[in-house]
Amino acid sequence: MFGKLSWQSIPWEEPIPLVAASVVLLIGAGVLAWVWRRGYVPYLWREWITSVDHKRIGIMYCIFAMVMLLRGFSDALLMRSQQAMAMGNEGYLPPDHYDQVFTAHGVIMIFFVAMPFMIGLMNFAVPLQLGVRDVAFPTLNNVSFWLTASGALLINISLVVGEFAKTGWVVYPPLSEIRFSPGVGVDYYLWALQISGVGTLLSGVNLVTTILKMRAPGMGYTRMPMFCWTTLATNLLIVAAFPILTATLAMLTLDRYLGFHFFTNELGGNAMMFVNLIWAWGHPEVYILVLPAFGVFSEVVSTFSGKPLFGYRSMIVATMVICLLSFMVWLHHFFTMGAGADVNGFFGVATMIIAVPTGVKVFNWIFTMYGGRIRFTTPMLYSVGFMCSFVIGGMTGVLLAVPPADFVLHNSLFLVAHFHNIVIPAVLFGAFAGYQYWFPKAFGFTLDEKWGKRGFWCWITGFYLAFMPLYILGLQGMTRRLQHYDVPEWQMYLWVAGIGALFIAAGIACQIIQLFVSIRNREALKDTTGDPWDGRSLEWVTTSPPPAFNFAVLPNVQGEEAYWSVKAEAKEKGELSKRPKYEAFEMPRNSPTGIVTAFFSTAIGFALIWHIWWLAIVGFFGAWATFVVFAWRDETEYEVSAEEARRLDDERRRAKAAMVGLPQDQIA
Amino acid sequence: MSETDDTLHQEDGAGADRAPGEDEPQSIAEQVRGYGIGLGLAAVLTLASFWALASGLIYGPAIPVALIALAVAQMGVHLVFFLHVTSGPDNTNNVLALAFGVLIVALVMVGTLWIMAHLDHNMMSMGDMIRMQR
Repeated sequence: MFGKLSWQSIPWEEPIPLVAASVVLLIGAGVLAWVWRRGYVPYLWREWITSVDHKRIGIMYCIFAMVMLLRGFSDALLMRSQQAMAMGNEGYLPPDHYDQVFTAHGVIMIFFVAMPFMIGLMNFAVPLQLGVRDVAFPTLNNVSFWLTASGALLINISLVVGEFAKTGWVVYPPLSEIRFSPGVGVDYYLWALQISGVGTLLSGVNLVTTILKMRAPGMGYTRMPMFCWTTLATNLLIVAAFPILTATLAMLTLDRYLGFHFFTNELGGNAMMFVNLIWAWGHPEVYILVLPAFGVFSEVVSTFSGKPLFGYRSMIVATMVICLLSFMVWLHHFFTMGAGADVNGFFGVATMIIAVPTGVKVFNWIFTMYGGRIRFTTPMLYSVGFMCSFVIGGMTGVLLAVPPADFVLHNSLFLVAHFHNIVIPAVLFGAFAGYQYWFPKAFGFTLDEKWGKRGFWCWITGFYLAFMPLYILGLQGMTRRLQHYDVPEWQMYLWVAGIGALFIAAGIACQIIQLFVSIRNREALKDTTGDPWDGRSLEWVTTSPPPAFNFAVLPNVQGEEAYWSVKAEAKEKGELSKRPKYEAFEMPRNSPTGIVTAFFSTAIGFALIWHIWWLAIVGFFGAWATFVVFAWRDETEYEVSAEEARRLDDERRRAKAAMVGLPQDQIA
Repeated sequence: MSETDDTLHQEDGAGADRAPGEDEPQSIAEQVRGYGIGLGLAAVLTLASFWALASGLIYGPAIPVALIALAVAQMGVHLVFFLHVTSGPDNTNNVLALAFGVLIVALVMVGTLWIMAHLDHNMMSMGDMIRMQR
């Protein structure tokens, strides 16, 4: 009836996961009870859970990523404290648990923090920047989000029901094969990633189509804001790379479930093929994460320097070159596997070449700032912090791209320090910069600057304290993923790294306080203009928060920096642009398809993990039936009347007139 | 790029509300004819590959080459008649997407073959090595 699932599947004898899970459950139940008591459930269901509005979906992605950041970071705290203690003793985390912690940390941070945060920002900002009303496939967008959430739910279930993988975040066989990992941990990994992978792939298709097919009149490719370009590159990479991951994980699944021998030691299997394939996905994945962050920094640096982005076209070329080169370097993740000097040499050089377009970008940002009137707001601080730190990470990357150096440094903490030095200052700071930058657009009030800056300084101090010692430890020969060690000289550095993690914890606390303080002071922080930062691209044309349809009339784009030129003209001439002709138009209806599909997908995943075959069949049938019901519905759109569009646009025009100091009588 | 720019903003032009790859509105008969021709060509090419192998008319070592040529033609038929990839100006995105896909698949496949061949050679088991030396 319940497959492999039994009462013993819950780790009763291990206090840490049990306590953690009970705390999470209590908080979750508390939030649910509060929402229920206040009567918010129908509102949440109608306006958020079933919403097909790209802005709402983007916001849900970001909230989801921030919640998962707490989970991933608590894993980081566990590892840092374990290593700070475990000199010559076993520490407090048994190896069995420690292995799950570092695997979960990697998986959660990459797939359920960095990815959704970036996809959330892209979802939120790209249609606004393109001057359109929604993405190409709005309901699919909602399905994507809920499938991602479904994957994350499975991973969190593994905390209390069964176990998580103990193999590291890329589950190398033969360790991940059924013979060496007989538990359900790897199965949790496989199904969580397959389900959320479907979501990611669908959002990739969605955003590529949106950018290629749905732009405001006059918005040519070379007039799109930089963030749209990096989004295009990112989503092309998603569409090209995620099928490789799906296929690779499917082969491992066949090995584990049906006794195939793709990657086993015996009967012609080849584990090296898995390593090859997973990195053919894994390296583009790195750029999937970092390219949108580059886009955010481009927007932020240009806005807060009060200048157009320096070298806009060279930035486009650099982005697309990175997009292509990212598919030609994957072997540098396994130089030491034995492909030999020719192959290693080629991939080493290809890796170093990527530093060229990346360097172009860094110089473009610096030249954008040069001579500008820079405002050091929180998003700008994150951008400057990124530039300084990212260059260090980039240089250690070029160092690791030299195969002989990699033979010395691979699998050491030097490598761990290197990729955290990329992921934290580039991806995470990019996500935070985007969050601070677009928050007023999303909610109509800015975030508190004082707590934002405190958060930034804690984060960057914590980052340096936590990861610079790891470079030194790596050079001293400490390998990654050590549960305990017996070299007394290392302990001091690990203590420093642990203190760094505490600083980062303080940074996260500041960010949470910032959110509370900002919500409390939302009247004082209100953004009445729709353009709180003196922005340059189309998202600042509309109100904050924008109406569901973004623009009453699609903007007519005349050149680069679509909004800046219109704003400058209005200020110069002393009048707003001519009132457009309003017409009725249709918007997509909300749909519960996404959450229902995700419900059944979670059931399928859980059933397959625990070999509960009947439940898997029920889940498949339910998901299919949901699709059929959705495909057969009659009313898919509702109409927004011309009067409604006019009424909302009047409000917007009044705000804009006040912003540029024009008399209100122009409006009527 | 300017070429594609013009074609993409057909908000008010005729047939703006079309999915990528969709042709001009056609009558059912025309559509059926298109798919019919495609099906016929695909069937002929499939039969031709069996014939190439069985007839003995083709010089033995050239058979794989003939099969590859027929397979490429088969792909072409599928692209044109079933996936409606054409060289028309409204099809630039589809053609570019196809080219990008082919490029990535080629990179990953060639790279994998190259890497795995070297790994195979360098990481040979002792037994294989001794056998090779004999």
